[in-house]
Amino acid sequence: MTTSHRNWDSDPVLTVEHLTMRFGGLVAVNDLSFAVGRGDITALIGPNGAGKTTVFNCITGFYKPTTGMMSMRPRDGSLHLLERLPDFVVARKAKVARTFQNIRLFSGMTLLENLLVAQHTPLMIASGMTILGVLGIGGYKTHEREAIERARYWLDKIGLTDRADDPAGDLPYGAQRRLEIARARCTGPDLLCLDEPAAGLNPRESAELNALLLSIRKDDGTSILLIEHDMSVVMGISDHVVVLEYGTKIADGTPTETRNDPRVIAAYLGVDDEEVEEIEHELDETTGSEGGRA
Amino acid sequence: MNSAVKSKDGAGIDFGRALKDGVLIGIVAFALLGPLVGLKTDQNMANELILQNRLGLAAILSVIIGVGRFLLSAFIYPWIAARGRRSKSAVTLAELEARARVTRGLSVTGLVFLFVYPVLIISLFGVQGSIKWVDNYGVQILIYVMLGWGLNIVIGLAGLLDLGYVAFYAVGAYSYALLAINFHLSFWVLLPVAGILAAFWGIILGFPVLRLRGDYLAIVTLAFGEIIRLVLINWKDFSGGSAGISSIPKVTLFGIYSFDMGASNSFIKAFHLSPSSAYYKVFLYYLILLLALLTAFITIRLRRLPIGRAWEALREDEVACRSLGINTTNTKLTAFAIGAMFGGFAGSFFAARQGFVSPESFIFMESAVIVAIVVLGGMGSMIGVALAAVAMIGGTELLRELDFLKLVFGKDFNPDQYRMLLFGLAMVIIMVWKPTGFVSARQPTAFLFKRKTVSGDLVKEGHG
Repeated sequence: MTTSHRNWDSDPVLTVEHLTMRFGGLVAVNDLSFAVGRGDITALIGPNGAGKTTVFNCITGFYKPTTGMMSMRPRDGSLHLLERLPDFVVARKAKVARTFQNIRLFSGMTLLENLLVAQHTPLMIASGMTILGVLGIGGYKTHEREAIERARYWLDKIGLTDRADDPAGDLPYGAQRRLEIARARCTGPDLLCLDEPAAGLNPRESAELNALLLSIRKDDGTSILLIEHDMSVVMGISDHVVVLEYGTKIADGTPTETRNDPRVIAAYLGVDDEEVEEIEHELDETTGSEGGRA
Repeated sequence: MNSAVKSKDGAGIDFGRALKDGVLIGIVAFALLGPLVGLKTDQNMANELILQNRLGLAAILSVIIGVGRFLLSAFIYPWIAARGRRSKSAVTLAELEARARVTRGLSVTGLVFLFVYPVLIISLFGVQGSIKWVDNYGVQILIYVMLGWGLNIVIGLAGLLDLGYVAFYAVGAYSYALLAINFHLSFWVLLPVAGILAAFWGIILGFPVLRLRGDYLAIVTLAFGEIIRLVLINWKDFSGGSAGISSIPKVTLFGIYSFDMGASNSFIKAFHLSPSSAYYKVFLYYLILLLALLTAFITIRLRRLPIGRAWEALREDEVACRSLGINTTNTKLTAFAIGAMFGGFAGSFFAARQGFVSPESFIFMESAVIVAIVVLGGMGSMIGVALAAVAMIGGTELLRELDFLKLVFGKDFNPDQYRMLLFGLAMVIIMVWKPTGFVSARQPTAFLFKRKTVSGDLVKEGHG
């Protein structure tokens, strides 16, 4: 692994400071601060209703946080304050892409079209904001071919090239999840936010997902922030784990640190002794598999 | 194949039950009709109350009801159920491809037919006799084809239910009428102007309302259509009120020839033709045909550009679009403006063709008809919309031809008055038969290996 220890302190791509989100009387996220290291895979975990998806929605501009500051530093060196940007600008300028907990593909469009829609912004410029494109002048055709090549690269990567011309709604569940990740990645983000990418996947698909995420990080240097319940994904591939409970951060550190934090075990895994033992056992197993890979 | 066998089996089993059903309903009907119809109290000459026995009539009615019920249970219900089963079972790719081939073949033959249609009609009915067929059928249908294709961008591609489309049609018509009369500008200058003005109004309307979705959007667009009409009625100094604007200049042949008989550069004098308005009608026919084809051409091109893909993506899932960096407000506005622009083109053509515009031409009914054409045709499908326009507008016009029905139903019978009723009936039948419209399958805008048709079941209709 090329990332140094505590990369998120020395070179953060995203810094979240004092983020609070209230819905009426309900405090969904309470004074949350954390950082996402550049090139890291960061996992945001916590029991159901801990406010993880709310944090995601704040980062990607779908919610306007009640208070707090989120600074995003893409590779080009610019600085964007995400709480001030509308959602589509977060994706376009601040280079944050996301997937959804309940898959949101364009089901009536083919896989290729899904990946082309993701490249909307550069293609729109290439088509001269549509005007040149309609008249057939300018190099739109070349740009479209490039976009199709890029889409093909990602289809190869998620192993769905042979289904490129099928509608996305026809894909099995696991493939839809992979396609959604590829689609988000096609926007060319510096931070990829994945909301429960392993939900509903079987162990084999889950392992494939791990490999995909690691290769996205390795090949493109894209930082990944993910919400996950699947411990094999969280402990297996992440460099940094942030644990939420009732909207408050209770632990923040490397997987090893958080795994051994008694507050995390109590909050996330329940306080029942039997359960703790059971989970500890499971965690030992995943440590073993991680060691094997290293 | 299997399902066909099953449904036949089903019909065989149903037969006995249907008979029982029919008899039972007949008895129930007689029990009800016996006292209600079978016995009638009346007064005789001496003002005494007498009881008329009409049990025979009640029996006949009961038998009709019983037989009707029998036919329903034996044939109609199993047929509907079989249809339901068939439509639920996934359509195979081969079937979809075959349908797509039929559609493609149909569009090519249709196009050729449209270009030779006036020639054909003139050779069949003569110059003077062609007016009705070229103008009432050809031009009238093509106007609605163009309006349907324009609205198809808004409803079919972007998934925004616009019930006030006729407002943009009105803006186009009045733009041409007012500018041509007051500034003596040519149709060819005013056609783009009318389009731009309509697009401008599309943006003005779109800006505040496009944050609404679904039903709310439909209601606000409907209101906008009515507002434009009411303004045209009440702002008498500007638009002439409900009296409208008359003697709108005709279209010229690019300023070279005029279609006015008296003009010095009259087309008819120049070519030494017998005086007839038929030539102008044929000219108008080709003009609206080209305008409609322009709409189709631009729509087809737009679909393959990022903006068109963004429209369709918007119809599928707006939230996902925003997460991919698409400015949904601008994308919707573009759809609205471009749709409105084509409405404006059609409107200015309408004004030039009629020579007269009044708010009466832009009532809500017009919007409803255009929406019905788009929905019937299958949202997003060009050929489907064209077919629906032919069926809806051509069908209504054809009703005027059914004079022989007067022999059957008497002199006062006017089939034209039943057209809305038949219209509704046809809509219901088509929605039962093909709930997603004539052509619901979607053609992908790009492909890696092979263009495969996407089944209409997967394509979403959008929700605002």
